[in-house]
Amino acid sequence: MTLPLASSFVRDQDFINALYIVAFGLFIFGLMGLTGPRTAVRGNRIAAVGMLLAIVATFLLPGMGHNWALIAAGLVVGTVVGVPAARQVKMTAMPQMVALFNGVGGGAIALIAWAEFIESSGYDGDPLTFVIPSLFGAIVGSISFWGSLIAFGKLQEVLPGRPIGLKGVGQQLLNLALLLVTIGCAAAIAAGGTAGWLMVALLVAAAALGLFVVLPIGGADMPVVISLLNAFTGLSAAATGLALNNTALIVAGMIVGASGTILTRLMASAMNRSIPSIIAGGFGGGGAVAGASGAGEHAGSVRATSAADAAIQMAYARLVVIVPGYGMAVAQAQHAVREMATELEKRGVEVKYAIHPVAGRMPGHMNVLLAEADVPYEQLKEMDEINPEFTRTDVAVVIGANDVTNPAAKTNPQSPIYGMPILNVNHAKSVIVLKRSMNPGFAGIENELYYEPMTSMLFGDAKASVGQITQELAAL
Amino acid sequence: MFVTNLAILVVSGFLGYAVISKVPNTLHTPLMSGTNAIHGIVVVGGIFVLGFYPDLGAFTKVILVVAIVFGTINVVGGFLVTDRMLEMFKAKPTAKPDEPEDKQ
Repeated sequence: MTLPLASSFVRDQDFINALYIVAFGLFIFGLMGLTGPRTAVRGNRIAAVGMLLAIVATFLLPGMGHNWALIAAGLVVGTVVGVPAARQVKMTAMPQMVALFNGVGGGAIALIAWAEFIESSGYDGDPLTFVIPSLFGAIVGSISFWGSLIAFGKLQEVLPGRPIGLKGVGQQLLNLALLLVTIGCAAAIAAGGTAGWLMVALLVAAAALGLFVVLPIGGADMPVVISLLNAFTGLSAAATGLALNNTALIVAGMIVGASGTILTRLMASAMNRSIPSIIAGGFGGGGAVAGASGAGEHAGSVRATSAADAAIQMAYARLVVIVPGYGMAVAQAQHAVREMATELEKRGVEVKYAIHPVAGRMPGHMNVLLAEADVPYEQLKEMDEINPEFTRTDVAVVIGANDVTNPAAKTNPQSPIYGMPILNVNHAKSVIVLKRSMNPGFAGIENELYYEPMTSMLFGDAKASVGQITQELAAL
Repeated sequence: MFVTNLAILVVSGFLGYAVISKVPNTLHTPLMSGTNAIHGIVVVGGIFVLGFYPDLGAFTKVILVVAIVFGTINVVGGFLVTDRMLEMFKAKPTAKPDEPEDKQ
């Protein structure tokens, strides 16, 4: 068949196009609401109304009227799967949930492109303005789907969080080869190739590319990866919009692409890394080697403390700064932390939270968790705001944060994280680090902070440790 | 038509950039999950292709139904999860003076 997609959409349907315009207007208006905590809930709901409108408008298109049962079944199954998943997911598991939702979106795009290919007998007779966006959607959607699944697996700890893959250049050569195969298949199809295996090969190569690009990326780089994959899915949705001549898809997809790009750049610059270097295999080999050599030098000079001592230290402080990291999320310690802070505030201690832009596994991860625990919005301080305050901080409590507090980022040019902006925890008068063990973080880098004279370590599960401190505080 | 769409694409990119540059760090997670829900609009593409063509092959139908399922999960799950997150932020700035002890 000759896919009269473009012409069918133009055919006298101003009303539906107007609905689409209202829909994307609602998306943009809704996103504007997301710029402030007060308007954000409403903004999100406005965008959801826009989505509903776009779906209803699609049903009204002239020529629609086939396979109703199948469409309804798809919508029902998707809702039945999506609603409980979204309702029940814990706030600590949010990064992997977002990765998963992102992945299925990418998968949908790749599948639609595949269906278009099959039904048009290999884009036979279709103009390049249709074929190229459709192929772009197939490639990037497939990368996004498989990459997101790996990100999900790593965050859910189904897969190891450490980088997996070939050492160094081998991995990059493999990725390059896969990229060339993908582009080669796309070029063959665009040049008129109609064989079914070409599209399958393209999808498989892009899938492998998604797998192999994300597998070697360590857990600490996940905020960058997730927002990058989000941007990818957005861009491929926009491409699908170009192919289907659907303005709502173009606008929505492109806005998501732009926002994902902004976030990705923010995350990458917060780690002082370039996006290409993260995609090319990040902390991988080099970092682990540097970390291993550092481990030997320091062994044995760590000071352990008890919950009782930590409580006394904090109780007589004027300013306590809490530095949360991924460990707090893993231990689900956010409520316990909030209770400890309340106990401190009762005693007249000022409590603030220092939030590093890449603490946790997705942008703003710590803010969400602390908001869940009802920590007042004003106490959450961003890096630039809190760093000057560490010099007048009596006790800095590091809860499951590691690399973002490592002074090596400033002092040791050999360190893989050298140059990354960090929280100046080492400027505080004393530092208490809550940690499960002396194992280095995801990046595999030894943290020099732990060996400083003002630092003491409180080993154990973060939630249990914080709970003990709170009890000790209450008993003082 | 294609050129017009290309123009829309480019303008949308700049518009998205302008709107989203203003989002504070605190709201980055809900922003990501909210935009994530918005790209679930691809479900519209799946609905259209499946609903418009009378004589699709069985395999294509299967692919498209799966695409619709995926897209719906993306949309529904994305908006709900974002809503849950944002509800937690909403109370914050208003209820600060005497922090109540309630824990949801």
